[in-house]
Amino acid sequence: MKLLPLLSLFPVCIFASTNPDLAWNSDDSPNPQDLHLTTMSVGAYNLPALPYAYNALEPSISGQIMELHHGKHHQAYVTNLNNALKTYASATSSNDIAGQIALQSAIKFNGGGHINHSLFWENLTPASSPDAKPESAPTLMAEVAKTWGSLEGFQAAITKTLLGLQGSGWGWLVKDSQGLRIVTTKDQDPVVGGEVPIFGIDMWEHAYYLQYLNGKAAYIDNIWNVINWKTAEARFIGTREDAFKILRASI
Amino acid sequence: MAALLRTSALRAGLRARAAKSTAAMASTTFVRGKATLPDLSYDYGALEPYISGQIMELHHSKHHQTYVNGFNAAVEAVAEAEAKGDAKGVAAQAPLINFHGGGHVNHTLFWENLAPNGKGGGGEPEGKLLTAINEDFGSFETLQKQTNAALAGIQGSGWAWLVKDKTSGTLSVVTRPNQDPITGNLEPLLGIDAWEHAYYLQYQNRKAEYFGAIWDVVNWGTVSKRFEN
Ligand SMILES: [Fe+2]
Ligand SMILES: [Fe+2]
Repeated sequence: MKLLPLLSLFPVCIFASTNPDLAWNSDDSPNPQDLHLTTMSVGAYNLPALPYAYNALEPSISGQIMELHHGKHHQAYVTNLNNALKTYASATSSNDIAGQIALQSAIKFNGGGHINHSLFWENLTPASSPDAKPESAPTLMAEVAKTWGSLEGFQAAITKTLLGLQGSGWGWLVKDSQGLRIVTTKDQDPVVGGEVPIFGIDMWEHAYYLQYLNGKAAYIDNIWNVINWKTAEARFIGTREDAFKILRASI
Repeated sequence: MAALLRTSALRAGLRARAAKSTAAMASTTFVRGKATLPDLSYDYGALEPYISGQIMELHHSKHHQTYVNGFNAAVEAVAEAEAKGDAKGVAAQAPLINFHGGGHVNHTLFWENLAPNGKGGGGEPEGKLLTAINEDFGSFETLQKQTNAALAGIQGSGWAWLVKDKTSGTLSVVTRPNQDPITGNLEPLLGIDAWEHAYYLQYQNRKAEYFGAIWDVVNWGTVSKRFEN
C-alpha cells in the first residue's frame, strides 16, 4: 500500500479488448494464456483539466510554461503510467513476478508525476482570485504561525529548503500527526507515509526555466502570488483521502 | 540554551587555537587549490544549431559557475570545521562536495567532449576507440542507441556516460543521478548532460531531439584521448 499507493486507487476491470494487436487470429485455436491477456485489461488515468486558463497565472508563471507543463509533461506521465500499468497487469496475470518488479520504478516515477502535478495544479490559482489570499486559509495560517512564527517565517524556511534541493524534485507543506512540516521529495517521488499534502511546489527546471532561466529564487518568490490558499485550507482541514480526490476523478 | 551555545563556542575557540598551525596550512592549501570556471575552447554560439548559444552561455557562465562557487564554499566550510576538530561539521559538507564538486567535474569533462560540428565535432569514432566500440557494443550505431535509451530512461536530473573499466578496459554506458560523478573503477570517456537546463530553451520537452542532435557535436578526438590514457 505504501510502496504503490496508486494501485489501491486503481480499479482492475475486465473488458473485451478492441486492440487488434491483442486479438488472436480466428484461424488459430486460441491459446488460453492469450485469451487471458486479451480480456484482462485495466482502466486508464486521464490528464485532469486545469481549473484555469494556461495564461491565468501570468506574470508569475507564463502561459507557455503552463501549456508545456500540463499538455506535454503531465500528459507524458499519464501516458507512461497507463502503459506501465497495462504491462503490469499482463505480468500479474501471467504470474511474472520478475516482470512486475521491473515495472515498479516506472509506476512509481510516472504515477508520482501524475499525483504530484494533479495536486500542484489544484493548489495554484490566478493572483486575482480571492483564493490567492492567505486570509482564505484562517485555520492553516494559525497553525503556520504556531510552527514558524509567521507566514513570512514559513516562506523563508521553505525557500531555503527548495533552494537546497540537489537535482529535480518537489517541496511540500504537509500535515502529519505532529502538525505541519516542510518535506522535499526527489524526482517524482510522491508524498507517501500517510502525510496530507497541503501544497506542493514543482522544482524541476521545466517548471520555471523558459521564464526564469537559472533564477529559481525568483520563481519561488513569485509563486506565492498564485498559491491557492483556499485549497490549502481544505486539505489542511480534511484527510489525505480528500486531498487525493482529484486523482480518483482522473480515472 | 544560550549558555550551552557559549560554552561550545568557547570550546571550539580553544580547539581552534590549538589547531592554529594546521588551520593556517589548510587555508593556504585551500586558496591555492580554489576551483575556477574553465574557459570554453569554442564560442558560445559555435555548437549551433545543435545547442543554442543562449543555452551554452547560461549553462557555462551561470550553472557551471554556481557549481564552482558551491564547491569552493563547501571546501572552505570543511577546512573551517576541520580546524575546529568538528567532525560532524565536516561530514555535513559531504553531500555538498559531492553535488557541487561533481557538477564542476562533470561540466568540465562535458565542455571538452564537445566541439563545433565539422571542427572536431560530429562524425564517427576512429582507430582503437572504434575497434573497442565494435567489440563491446557491436557497432557505433548500437552504442548511440544504447546511450540514447539510457538518457531517455533517466528519472529526473542526471548524466549518461560512456565509460571504460580501468581493469578490463571494457566499455559500457552508465547513468548517474543529479551531479554524481563517475568514480571508482570507471574512467569517464564521454558525458552527456541530461538535466533540463542543458536543452530546455531550445528543445523544451522534446528531449529525444536533443539526445539525437548532440552526436553532431561530440568531440571524438577528446574521447579517444581519454580512452587511450
Ligand atoms: Fe513538473
Ligand atoms: Fe548541466
